[in-house]
Amino acid sequence: MYPENFRYTKEHEWVLMEGGIGTIGITDHAQQELGDIVYVDLPKPGTRVEQGRSMGSVESVKAVSDIYSPVSGEVAEINPALADAPEKLNEDPHGAAWLVKIKLSAPGELPDLMSAADYQAYIGAEK
Amino acid sequence: MRRTALNSVHRALGAKMVEFGGWEMPVQYSGILSEHMVVRQSVGVFDIGHMGKIEIRGPQAAQLTDFVTTNAVPKLKTGQAHYTGLLYEHGGFVDDILVHKVAGDNFFLCVNAANQDKDFEHIRARNRFEATVELTSDHYSQIAIQGPQARATLQKLTPVDLSAIKYYWFTDGEVAGVPARIAHTGYTGEDGFEIYFPPAESERIWARVLEAGAEFGIKPCGLGARNTLRLEARMVLYGHEIDASISPLEADLAWIVKLDKGEFVGREAVLRQKEAGVRRKLTGFEMTGRPIARDGYEVQVNGVAAGWVTSGSPAPALNKNIGLCYLPVELARPGLAIQVIVRGQPADAMTVETPFYKRAK
Repeated sequence: MYPENFRYTKEHEWVLMEGGIGTIGITDHAQQELGDIVYVDLPKPGTRVEQGRSMGSVESVKAVSDIYSPVSGEVAEINPALADAPEKLNEDPHGAAWLVKIKLSAPGELPDLMSAADYQAYIGAEK
Repeated sequence: MRRTALNSVHRALGAKMVEFGGWEMPVQYSGILSEHMVVRQSVGVFDIGHMGKIEIRGPQAAQLTDFVTTNAVPKLKTGQAHYTGLLYEHGGFVDDILVHKVAGDNFFLCVNAANQDKDFEHIRARNRFEATVELTSDHYSQIAIQGPQARATLQKLTPVDLSAIKYYWFTDGEVAGVPARIAHTGYTGEDGFEIYFPPAESERIWARVLEAGAEFGIKPCGLGARNTLRLEARMVLYGHEIDASISPLEADLAWIVKLDKGEFVGREAVLRQKEAGVRRKLTGFEMTGRPIARDGYEVQVNGVAAGWVTSGSPAPALNKNIGLCYLPVELARPGLAIQVIVRGQPADAMTVETPFYKRAK
């Protein structure tokens, strides 16, 4: 369920590193908790983001939730599919419904994040 | 946290449970959007066993009920129900409730879950009549069957001719062989029924309703869909559109206040307010773009703070983002450009006529 090659945050984002670029998304647990997702607000390419700071939001029918950046850096790309089909986040949160790609400015931050096993233990304990 | 008799059924169905007004309730099962749409298009069933029940009995039960509520109890016929307000002397809402006239000396009140103890104390403290007031919430389970196929679903389970129960009337009969009060009422903007019966029978009745509705694709629906459905139909929710600081005139509920019916709690305050005019009024709006207004967000007109959002949400059946807000009375009309402050950014919206959704009759 939770890919081994992702790192995870306590706020339920994931990051997949490829070269100096991190692909960011929200976890399956997050989409389940949110319910039907109807709107995703993402930062524009070029925006500087900081680890642990809000960089956008995901809205379900019921509520709005911040997206906290798992890493610091600059937004290189956003997922163009989500503007018209935010419900993809409920269907494939670890794949096609990635949110943004970030060019990391502080790769040293990565060890702060959880492994898949730690994240699963974390959401298990949260329940 | 309090639990309804159907709590374990919801868990078995995989519902997401949340705290609501001191109760642990299902907010959704399959998803708010699909639950909302099944009620608009076919039929859904809701556990609303958290709602409070207060029974007023005795030779002067009608007088007491009339004295503590805003609508005209003498106009109610036996077997009829109406929507009404419970006000403080200062004209603000204690609660909004349904009054059912069971008999000339017997009135059955259905009240908001979180307000039931407060309502009970409020009524009892003003009881100078030959009447008894009893909080009987524990005696009842309550489920709502709502949607265009609600009648066809429920009719399979009862010998009562449901087509003979007019809107906002009720009948004491049987559902699945169990004594039940069957009311042609609801909180969704669709046709439907709310039934009251002994809690011990809850799991069996719930299962029978799901079985009866299977051919229509019935779904169990949670409080999430209940909220989006009532908002599209512009029904108010205590703690959002109304509370102790809001009067019926501000909430556009003058129609439930019968100022000419004689003395009742809050009458003088509402009368004064009617003569002086109210300063703010509940108004509907639609977002122009993608942002979604949420409860409590500030509303601006030409960059100046003018009011606040009481309820805001996507409207699943309308494919728009809608909301209700309080605005100064001179601005409370359809067709006005407003801005809702969404996460620090002004987002354009337009005031509109309500209800947002009205079912085809």
